[in-house]
Amino acid sequence: MTSTLRRAYLRSLAMLAFAMQFSQVAEAHLRKGEASGFLSGVRHPISGLDHVLAMIAVGLWGAQLGAPAIWALPVAFPMVMALGGMMGLLGIPLPGTEYGIAASMILLGGVVLLELKPPLWVAALLVSFFAIFHGYAHGTELPPGQDGLLYSMGFVCATGCLHGVGVSIGLVHRWTRGQIFLRLSGAFISAMGMYFLWKASA
Amino acid sequence: MYDGLLHFFLSPEDIVPVVALALLAGLRGPQHGRRTLLLLPASWFVGCFLGTMFQRTTSWPVAAISFLVFGGLVAANAQLSLRTITVLAGLLGLVHGWMNGAGVSWSLSLVGVYAGLVGGIFIVVALVSAFVIKLRPPWTRIAVRVAGSWIVASGLLLLGWAARRG
Repeated sequence: MTSTLRRAYLRSLAMLAFAMQFSQVAEAHLRKGEASGFLSGVRHPISGLDHVLAMIAVGLWGAQLGAPAIWALPVAFPMVMALGGMMGLLGIPLPGTEYGIAASMILLGGVVLLELKPPLWVAALLVSFFAIFHGYAHGTELPPGQDGLLYSMGFVCATGCLHGVGVSIGLVHRWTRGQIFLRLSGAFISAMGMYFLWKASA
Repeated sequence: MYDGLLHFFLSPEDIVPVVALALLAGLRGPQHGRRTLLLLPASWFVGCFLGTMFQRTTSWPVAAISFLVFGGLVAANAQLSLRTITVLAGLLGLVHGWMNGAGVSWSLSLVGVYAGLVGGIFIVVALVSAFVIKLRPPWTRIAVRVAGSWIVASGLLLLGWAARRG
């Protein structure tokens, strides 16, 4: 930073401090439960291993498929997931939610393992189908007394970030060993899906 | 003035559509950004006064609709003309401004509150649209579209909440 810039910066800070001496207490409305609503929303997708692994699998598969799937899948998933969440909020019955979530892990892990490269619309359809189950689970499991908007924003952001984690990990696909690592990750996710399926049916 | 400024920054149902419109204007370029920067705060200001004057609100889930429309346009990277952006900015400002204004009764101090509110909008639009206009690598513009899809997703859920409340 040059000395001129530093002087201008310090002068601005001094003026701000001076102006704050004349400020009054702001009385904008504060709503209780907002922060906890957002944090609950963020926590929800990352607190369940089944959700986390499925979201990461979407990112991994997107990275394997390359453009445009690398961004199309993470764009499609939250939107359709929100539709599922809306169904949950409205109390529309969706039987076998837990089975759907487990199946999403088995199939999404499977496509990563086999490195399948179907047309984009098939990939988007598969991902969107499973997104409904994940969204539905989020929609029905809202803790009471939370702020709906902030909860929704929190869990959409967390879901998107999990896709981002998957895509970032998936960037190792450019190396041969990275490709093997991704396929092994797919196998692991698939195996975990079978475990969750067994748990849901037990 | 601080009341208005804080009201805006503490209201996600207002700030998110403004951010979405700023993202959209930024994706379209400097001309769209400048038009939004001038028109949105002005129409919001007018909307606030109209809302206070008529004291009528609607039961429609306005915030959810705004999330869906503006987030959807960002996610789709809609190639909107300057005229369309002008209409959208005017509508957003008038509708949300009206909703802000309808909740309070008239007093002279409201001018300061509304000035603070539109000041916040001006700052957010200026920073966000300028940031997006400067983005050059293709993946950064895709990230902006992903942000749009998150706004749509939040809007869908908000619509669900509104329907559940009846």
